[in-house]
Amino acid sequence: MILGLYNYWVVVVLMMIGLYIVIAHGNLIKKIVGLTIFQTSVFIFYISIAKVESASAPILAEGISRYSNPLPHVLILTAIVVGIATVALGLALAVRINEAYGSIEEESIQSKDNQEC
Amino acid sequence: MRDLFAVVMLSGIFGLLSASFFVAMDAVDVAFTEASVGAGIASLLMLTAVTLTGRSEDSERHRPMWALVVVFITGGLLIYGTLDMPYFGSADAPIHLHVAPRYINDSMQETGLPNIVTSVLASYRGFDTFGEVVVIFTAGIGVLALLRVGRRSGIHRVMADSIFYLMHEQHLILRITTKILIPFILLFALYVQFHGDFGPGGGFQAGVIFAAAIILYAMVFGLPTARRVVNRTFVRLLSAAGVLLYGGVGVVTMLNGGNFLDYNVLAGDPVAGQHLGILLIELGVGCTVAAVMVIIFFNFSGRRDNL
Repeated sequence: MILGLYNYWVVVVLMMIGLYIVIAHGNLIKKIVGLTIFQTSVFIFYISIAKVESASAPILAEGISRYSNPLPHVLILTAIVVGIATVALGLALAVRINEAYGSIEEESIQSKDNQEC
Repeated sequence: MRDLFAVVMLSGIFGLLSASFFVAMDAVDVAFTEASVGAGIASLLMLTAVTLTGRSEDSERHRPMWALVVVFITGGLLIYGTLDMPYFGSADAPIHLHVAPRYINDSMQETGLPNIVTSVLASYRGFDTFGEVVVIFTAGIGVLALLRVGRRSGIHRVMADSIFYLMHEQHLILRITTKILIPFILLFALYVQFHGDFGPGGGFQAGVIFAAAIILYAMVFGLPTARRVVNRTFVRLLSAAGVLLYGGVGVVTMLNGGNFLDYNVLAGDPVAGQHLGILLIELGVGCTVAAVMVIIFFNFSGRRDNL
């Protein structure tokens, strides 16, 4: 059944929403929100790959023989915390750009740059 | 949506929802992290940034049609690419046949920990995690370099303090509830830190929760009060000390005759050595993550008070 692939389609849709926000919006904060949506879609992709039908969370216990794959969980767990650290860096850059240009809209930053040239 | 406040709130809700996706897909550790990071700290930092940069979006979208075309072509190609992928939840997908069986079958004998995620994170893939911790530390340094605020002049500070005092005098219920809650949050963070070997949890989640307690305190009682409780120099030293502890464990294992981050040589018994090593490096991770989160928040909101 081709519908067994639905998890990837959810991921692709979320990813494209994020990509659209990054391309089409001029506001830097919105761009960062778009990036986090994109990022979360990658997280969901990895975790959905790790899922095994009728398996349990990867914590060993009596009477359970099937576990989902622990490796993607590890990768994504660290990626989430690294993600927030990099998002914070991006927001810090946006704050500094706002102080230097008085705006975080891409177009007014661009026009100010052009005036100075 | 033009109001950035609503955008940030919605992204917080999205974070919480994706955490519930992760629970549904059996990734409890990941869900734990996403709930505390995506729904908590991320929306908080974005809110602080929004107060600094203005609440509404002014510009028009540029070339939305072209963006849509690009997005649809890329999405179509990606969906075409998924047609070769294994079905959702199938147990014989290639990913489940390579290293995962070894982790699931042997990690109990080799590390003695029931939580496979922790043993993979801290022991089998210790190098990887070390790299991640260094990235977090670097991001903390980056935020410090970009937003660092100097000490304010005396009279300015007294004024700001009295404004804070007046503002925070009013929220009596909020302040008392916070005072009751904070010790429990800190205790829970410690539980998550040290119980991560057996149940869901570990240094990353504990660090974020610990930082959340301090950030809550700073929000309710004002930044100057929080700075008196949590010294800035101390936090900066702590973030470096976490990385040092992690790397130090690696060096000690090398001095004991093993490879870098090979915990078997830390104690006479390999399993006891693994226990000790994992405990120490999780502690290092927790210290760095908590300290970096606190540094990031303090610098963001310190910037606002100076304006």
